[in-house]
Amino acid sequence: MIDALARTFTPENLRDLLRHGITTAVFSSVIAAALAISGRGDWGSQFVYSLSIGMIIWIVIDIGRMLLTRRSEKKWPLGAPGVLLVLSGVAAGFLGGNLIGDAWTDRPYLEFWTFAPHKFASTLLITLVATVAICYFYYSRGKAKYLEGQIALAERDAADARLKLLETQLEPHMLFNTLANLRVLIATDPPRAVAMLDRLNSYLRVTLSGSRALTHPLANEFQRLGDYLELMSVRMGPRLAYRLDLPDDLRDVPVPPLLLQPLVENAIRHGLEPKVEGGEITVGARRESQNLIIDVRDTGAGIDNAQPPSEDGGFGLAQVRERLATVYGARSSLGLVAGPAGGTCATVTLPLPP
Amino acid sequence: MKPTALIAEDEPLLAQALRAELAAAWPELQVLAVVGDGQSAVREALRLLPQVLFFDIRMPGQDGLGAAAELADAWPADEAPMPQLVFVTAYDEYAARAFDAQAIDYVLKPVQAERLQRTVARLQQALELRNSPAVPADDALASTLSQWRKLLAAAGGAAALPGADTAPLKLIAASEAGSSGNTVRMVPIDEVQYFEAADKYVRVLTRSHEYLIRTPLKQLLPQLDPKVFWQVHRAIVVRSEAIESVHRDEAGKMNLDLRGRKEKIPVSRLYAHLFRAM
Repeated sequence: MIDALARTFTPENLRDLLRHGITTAVFSSVIAAALAISGRGDWGSQFVYSLSIGMIIWIVIDIGRMLLTRRSEKKWPLGAPGVLLVLSGVAAGFLGGNLIGDAWTDRPYLEFWTFAPHKFASTLLITLVATVAICYFYYSRGKAKYLEGQIALAERDAADARLKLLETQLEPHMLFNTLANLRVLIATDPPRAVAMLDRLNSYLRVTLSGSRALTHPLANEFQRLGDYLELMSVRMGPRLAYRLDLPDDLRDVPVPPLLLQPLVENAIRHGLEPKVEGGEITVGARRESQNLIIDVRDTGAGIDNAQPPSEDGGFGLAQVRERLATVYGARSSLGLVAGPAGGTCATVTLPLPP
Repeated sequence: MKPTALIAEDEPLLAQALRAELAAAWPELQVLAVVGDGQSAVREALRLLPQVLFFDIRMPGQDGLGAAAELADAWPADEAPMPQLVFVTAYDEYAARAFDAQAIDYVLKPVQAERLQRTVARLQQALELRNSPAVPADDALASTLSQWRKLLAAAGGAAALPGADTAPLKLIAASEAGSSGNTVRMVPIDEVQYFEAADKYVRVLTRSHEYLIRTPLKQLLPQLDPKVFWQVHRAIVVRSEAIESVHRDEAGKMNLDLRGRKEKIPVSRLYAHLFRAM
């Protein structure tokens, strides 16, 4: 019980409650002043009526609102409960406020009910309009604030996703092993060390800028794959051979950056690395009517249907599929088949720009 | 006699670097061969019988752990004393953390002279102790085997995914051997007599049935009560209470008979200490 109370009346809620109360009081006073000026009665009694009605409505609606939204992030009950809350607030305020006012001015209770129906109607109308106006004002403010919070949350999620993508692209094992090899080369073969460092440099540059750009030319994508494969071939020595085939007329086709990277990584990790003698990776692009076809072939260990995919193995393919679907929708596809002479062939199909 | 070594490392440059650093840290050490995969490591070690093995954990084909486990059984202990085993691993592999946690010596890639010097000092000490006439050959073998066991347990346990489920297993969801795999049987752990790793599966054997699961043995092990289930071979874990008798054949290999099962269960040399007569 105390727990539930503490959950409902948080410091934030109490602050809101107070703010709404003050606003309502000011609003009621303005209405009272307007009514007094227009000659509906003396100032004192107008203030009593108006403030009593306003304060009761405030208490009923604001506390009711907190109780109803206890378990939700939103600050206002949506749908029928919200409408009912306003109506019951108005009813309670109108009745209670008039009773208090009548008591204050020593009039018979609710006499205008019977002998001044037009006054009854106008008071009720003023009450209703003022209540709805104030509620709507705070409702939209709360909604804007809630939406702002949601947007901030979504932005944080997007940043997280970007970071995760970057992390998979800059696989630490690959990076540290490359550095370990580089360390050896510095002592034994400085010119090769410099060449490897240049490759690492451009690999890192594309990886870091690529996670922001939306597309880059296919030629850049191939260049990037070349850097990665060259780094890997320094590490794997004669166990890795590779070939990149990019026809000149396809060089400028825009593609999502780093789209092919996971496929080449898979070819190395699941194809060549488990195989003692290693093998060859071929990446080729070609045009087929209105489509661009890119093949990543390896002569490695091959697809193993009996083997459950390792916890990271599925991630690369899923990521490529997801990116294709986001950019090209159903007009793109990713297929994975066993190569004719063993090994695996991953094929990406995407529409060429008109 | 000059100390000899074998290096198994699949990345040529790193193998070359380890060899160069070893030449500086331990000039007398003769590196007999450098190989790039697990199978070659086993083959060359049995051919050359070196005194020290440097095994990379991650290698194509058979990895360093598999190669070491196979060597443990295949090593001709009456021809040459069991070699000292040192694992080589990159800092970011889980094995490195497991070794650190248990204060087990290992070689870290990239090899750094100062750190390698400590490993070399320890190896020299171990070889000296082993060659001293004061230590009986059997004791030397037992202590080397226990060292190997510790290494394989640490590296193998680490391979079983850090943070993996270690809650004791009660039921095993398995498919019946020979079935299409469409029906999953829930096998109570109390009925299991032993587990045997076979290719891509682990066979689960009760008194009367055989089931298959896909969880690798190394991931299964942390979920089994070590008092109830004993690893007796790199591919076999048996219910200790099911063991009826232990036999040693003419070649000195150990076998188990289990209650309710007819087949003989081989015991690896690494785990033979479990069955020394009381």
